[in-house]
Amino acid sequence: MNILQSISVNKQFANHKALHNVNIDVPTGKIFGLLGPNGAGKTTLIRIINQITGPDSGQILFKGRQLESNDVQNIGYLPEERGLYKKMKVGEQAIYLARLKGLSRNDAIKKLKFWFEKFEIQPWWDKKVEELSKGMQQKIQFVVTILHEPELLIFDEPFSGFDPINANLMKNEILNLKENGSTIIFSTHNMASVEAVCDNIALINNSVKILDGGVDEIKQNFKSNLIECQYNGDFQRVSALIEGKINIIEHRQNHTTHYLKGELNQTNNEFVSLILPEATLTSFNEVVPSMDDIFIKVVENDK
Amino acid sequence: MSKIAIIISREYVTRVRKKSFLIMSIVGPILFAGLMIGPAWLGQMEDTEEKIIAVADSTHLFIGEFPETEYIKFDYLPTADIQKTKDQFYNSPYYAILYINKTVINQNIGDDNTSYVQLFSDKSPSLGVQMHISNAIEKRLERDKLKTFGIEERVLKSIKSNVKVKSVKLSKTGEEKENNFTLAMIIGYIVGFMIYFTIFFSGSQVMRGVIEEKTNRIIEVIISSVKPFQLMMGKIIGVGLVALTQFALWGLLTVALYAVTVPILMPDVVKMQQSVQVENFGESGSELNAQAPVNDEMTSEIKEMLGALSAINFGIVIGSFIFFFLGGYFLYAAMFAAIGSAVDSETDTQQFMLPVTLPMIFAIIVMVNIVQNPESPLAFWFSIIPFTSPIVMMARIPFGVPYSQIILSAVILVITFITFTWLAAKVYRTGVLMYGKKTSWKEMWKWLRYSN
Repeated sequence: MNILQSISVNKQFANHKALHNVNIDVPTGKIFGLLGPNGAGKTTLIRIINQITGPDSGQILFKGRQLESNDVQNIGYLPEERGLYKKMKVGEQAIYLARLKGLSRNDAIKKLKFWFEKFEIQPWWDKKVEELSKGMQQKIQFVVTILHEPELLIFDEPFSGFDPINANLMKNEILNLKENGSTIIFSTHNMASVEAVCDNIALINNSVKILDGGVDEIKQNFKSNLIECQYNGDFQRVSALIEGKINIIEHRQNHTTHYLKGELNQTNNEFVSLILPEATLTSFNEVVPSMDDIFIKVVENDK
Repeated sequence: MSKIAIIISREYVTRVRKKSFLIMSIVGPILFAGLMIGPAWLGQMEDTEEKIIAVADSTHLFIGEFPETEYIKFDYLPTADIQKTKDQFYNSPYYAILYINKTVINQNIGDDNTSYVQLFSDKSPSLGVQMHISNAIEKRLERDKLKTFGIEERVLKSIKSNVKVKSVKLSKTGEEKENNFTLAMIIGYIVGFMIYFTIFFSGSQVMRGVIEEKTNRIIEVIISSVKPFQLMMGKIIGVGLVALTQFALWGLLTVALYAVTVPILMPDVVKMQQSVQVENFGESGSELNAQAPVNDEMTSEIKEMLGALSAINFGIVIGSFIFFFLGGYFLYAAMFAAIGSAVDSETDTQQFMLPVTLPMIFAIIVMVNIVQNPESPLAFWFSIIPFTSPIVMMARIPFGVPYSQIILSAVILVITFITFTWLAAKVYRTGVLMYGKKTSWKEMWKWLRYSN
């Protein structure tokens, strides 16, 4: 089942089209990566989901029905452009933002206590925001976003501004949230994090969705029979065996160890059994394109 | 609690808790009471230094003619040798030397009766001393001249006339009310200016609040929870409540300060106040005249003022003050909020501020004219036009304005601020999410036409 669907959503700004017939399906309980270059329309789509702006045409379905204004209580949103009131105290501000999401004051305090303890940031409660570092502020924003335990969480570039330790902490928290049943939409340029956490993705370029599906499925579709292997043995004899079966792209030799990279025109198994009589295989692997490669390839082709 | 109420309470509480609010609340009334009481108090303060003035009178007419007060004494020198006295001035105890030349009495009778005496001193003799001397000489000369023309002093006194206009307002019910134009003018001025400054001050607080949310980048977090309109209205209402609280505090503190300081600093005024009340009951004005010999003219003026204060309908003044302040504030605050949403920093607001604040500045200029002629067509029209009416109408109300006009002006004001709030919300909604672009009027016009 899909928790969120957009059905041919269009949005036009004065001189440019931000979204053109965009359809996406976000499956419940998964982490969904919304990818695309800058200015592709990701933020506009996210703003439409958060009802910050409305689409010119098209529909947003939430749990199978039309999105309603009350649904903001079931959505948590961490925008890319995010900040806090500088002069306000951390605790007070967190309570305020939680109450705007519909939590009562007491619930907000109770839940905040829990998260502040979990992240060991209780001493910040009475500090003014301006006294905290940027990373510390990001942590508080993260807590405020997830505090009302929404079914759908939207993170726009969640790791920007975090050091690697805290970024890892956040990544684990996001995976925890998924374990606990939340659905997460994850908008980013950071392809490494997409591979690490996302189950599904959609790629938007120039206001059009050009690719979507499961991460593994997409990778399979984009692989091009590229392999790498290392063996010990005589290069000439091995070459004779595999003549015509592989288009060698790269060959390196270190003493008796050879490294081969190339495109196969037979299955992996056939290739391996072909060279085994002459070579002692030390490693073999299929070169699966990284999301980075796919991203660049797809966007370049789209031009 | 609804979301807008949560926003209002945050806007209100964070502002009221600020030190600057506390300081304004306390310093405001002190300044205000100071402005009201200060000049009067200074005026009644007397110069308590004893001054002896040497009189060198070559006419011998004025020996013993100068009335002495507690602090001004006169010493009449036997000879009118002015040069010798001047030479010894620095070793003498005198404050000044008054030299009366013979020319003082040898006056031609004509249009210009001015004649001169000389006052030598190492200081600048105060105006009070100068007046004291010239009054005494004038009186003495007058007496002589009356004698010359054979006029008795009694006759002259009865010739002098003093006529003042007491304006009385006739209401439709036949009630008569005494008007005091000067007092109405002062009150009109004060309330007009207060509205002007407070709209400006609170309006720019709203604007700065919007810019703060935008530059802090908290705006997108908030409007994913509430509608932009709720956030804008919450801020406007919250800041408006802060202004009303400030007014209430000012009012209370001013009254309290006045009640405490006036009896201490100016016991005479309190006596007058009491006698005015007595008069209002029993028309027994003679009582006051029997009391301490205070300066007659001043007494009667203050008495009149105090009497007129009770004639002004403070219920209407305060009620319409609150209404017109809120109406004008909502109208301008909505525009200020829209401006704040369209810019990235306060320095970019200039081009939008000028056209928006121009009507208010115009209203203040017009007000100066209007308090002198509150029934003129200019006064009428500017108190109906919603952009100027909060200031101009308030300046007119102490004079008494027909209810029909007040209601007409109020209705137009309400319609206008609703329209402008609606328009401002449209600009605001788009503007708060725009970063890094220089906004123009043309751009804003486009935002107005965006559907949602």
